[in-house]
Amino acid sequence: MIRFERLTVITLGCILGSAVLLAALNLLTPAASAIHVPNFVISLVGKYLCYAILALAIDLVWGYAGILTLGHAAFFALGGYCMGMYLMREIGARGVYANPLLPDFMVFIGWKELPWYWHGFSHFWFALPMTMLAPAALAFAFGWFAFRSRVSGVYLSIITQALTYALMLAFFRNDMGFGGNNGMTDFKDILGIPLNREATAAGLMLITAAVLAAAFLLARAMIRSRFGKVLVAVRDAESRTRFLGYRPESYKLVVWVVSAMIAGIGGALYVPQIGIINPSEFAPGNSIEAVIWVAVGGRGTLAGAILGAILVNLGKTWLTSALPEVWLFAIGGLFIVVTLFMPRGIIGLFAAHAAPKAAAPSDAAPGAAPGAAAARSVAREAAG
Amino acid sequence: MTGNTLLYLDGVTVSFDGFKALNELSLVLEPGEMRAVIGPNGAGKTTMMDVITGRTRPDTGRVVFGDATDLTRLDEPAIARLGIGRKFQRPTVFEHLSVYDNLLLSLAGDRNPRFALWAKETPRERARLGELLATIRLGDDRERPAADLSHGQKQWLEIGMLLAQEPRLLLVDEPVAGMSDAETAETADLLREINRTRSVVVVEHDMAFVRALGAKVTVLHEGTVLVEGSIDTIQNDERVIEVYLGR
Repeated sequence: MIRFERLTVITLGCILGSAVLLAALNLLTPAASAIHVPNFVISLVGKYLCYAILALAIDLVWGYAGILTLGHAAFFALGGYCMGMYLMREIGARGVYANPLLPDFMVFIGWKELPWYWHGFSHFWFALPMTMLAPAALAFAFGWFAFRSRVSGVYLSIITQALTYALMLAFFRNDMGFGGNNGMTDFKDILGIPLNREATAAGLMLITAAVLAAAFLLARAMIRSRFGKVLVAVRDAESRTRFLGYRPESYKLVVWVVSAMIAGIGGALYVPQIGIINPSEFAPGNSIEAVIWVAVGGRGTLAGAILGAILVNLGKTWLTSALPEVWLFAIGGLFIVVTLFMPRGIIGLFAAHAAPKAAAPSDAAPGAAPGAAAARSVAREAAG
Repeated sequence: MTGNTLLYLDGVTVSFDGFKALNELSLVLEPGEMRAVIGPNGAGKTTMMDVITGRTRPDTGRVVFGDATDLTRLDEPAIARLGIGRKFQRPTVFEHLSVYDNLLLSLAGDRNPRFALWAKETPRERARLGELLATIRLGDDRERPAADLSHGQKQWLEIGMLLAQEPRLLLVDEPVAGMSDAETAETADLLREINRTRSVVVVEHDMAFVRALGAKVTVLHEGTVLVEGSIDTIQNDERVIEVYLGR
């Protein structure tokens, strides 16, 4: 119990503490100072934090409900598109074509009026909930059919992969009305605040850190509830839960939709910080990479997902600039190494060191169990 | 057939690729009854359990539970909620949950996700779990993950989970497979104990165990009832001997 609380406190402290520290070093120190943190670093950190939100969403369904999703970036991208639509509307008449009614790409393909599904997105209060509701709606429709038909395991993984691929192809089409393969970019401001202003990057990064912390606490609360215990039961012996009177499909559907909403808000925060959203965000590879972050950090630990997302992306940033052609081999190799030699991820390594020190019986507190539990099941999968 | 009937299988037929696993099987179980179901391999014992618990849907026939509930229209969770518990041959517990949580999730009560999200343990639940832990002698292991238990302890935990469900009817599949003689006798005692408050159907090969249960015996053969009666009647029946020893 104590170790569990400590891990929660450490995680929250690291997220919020380092975000505030970096923002302060960015805003309060002169650019010439040795301790000044430049803007590009702030943007990078903001991006990593968005990825961490996505990883957290994946860990919730993969680590605790056993749903290996290979298409979660679809929900991330969908949330991003909703935010992108708002940011496009914010441009107003400042576009290249200076059209007050239509975004540039619609003028370019000769559209005369705004499609119905773009209405409302000029309001932030409408767009913000949509960044969660649109992914939630897709997840609900998908999950309702998939879980009710008892599709699971590798078959479900393949369908999630197909889902994100199909969305990518759809969003590539110009007549979908989402900017085709160029997507949306050239954003000017958010809620009237110019995106190119120095402090905006730090502000968005801080908000992302706060959202990540909130999502972490929400996920933590879910898995610690009786609901979370049923999820673990479903993961370990799905048919047994049916004979106890549970409907695994409803439990999976709830956690699946919540996870999609978390991924969606991650995507929504990603777009203003990156400045562009296009169909490549739906690429199947993105989703698979995100699963690797979770595996590296430690599946079924939540904190591990966040850690994995940040570390792997730090490595990616460094490696893609130093030795770009090596990156794909590196991440593939990393996945193999983690699966074979670190089935419990990085968090598992720490837990293994900490375990002998703690008193043995109390160590098996409910909170401490899921990490080791998930890790063991991953190990079994790897071995079998 | 209502009134004094807990479970009524009426002409149930199940075929897999033309092979009739159950063939016009009819069977009546009274409330509070203990019944042993025996039969050679492939006689349809497990298929019968699957039909009762909703895992397999029969091609024809009805399965009536209580007064008028047709189980063939319901799925597994709905049937479990009606009060039918099932113990599988291999103990299936939730390995990564603690012993305590295994029992907690099994307690009779609301099974909706919305309830589970906000559920708090009530003093009554805690007291009930304490009783159950004492019954299955796992009080000292309550916080251990079920994965750490021995095979025998897992069997007992699963029985505890079934008791927590408070079923009206308990279906037990080969409970003493792989058990020592002492454990077998102990399990027979436990099942008789359980039978004091609820109906039990036991599928079993072990004749000594069936005798120890002291229950009425139904012999299945090729998906249908061959003979029904006391263990002595059964063991002296020509047809049973023929089925078991070959013709």
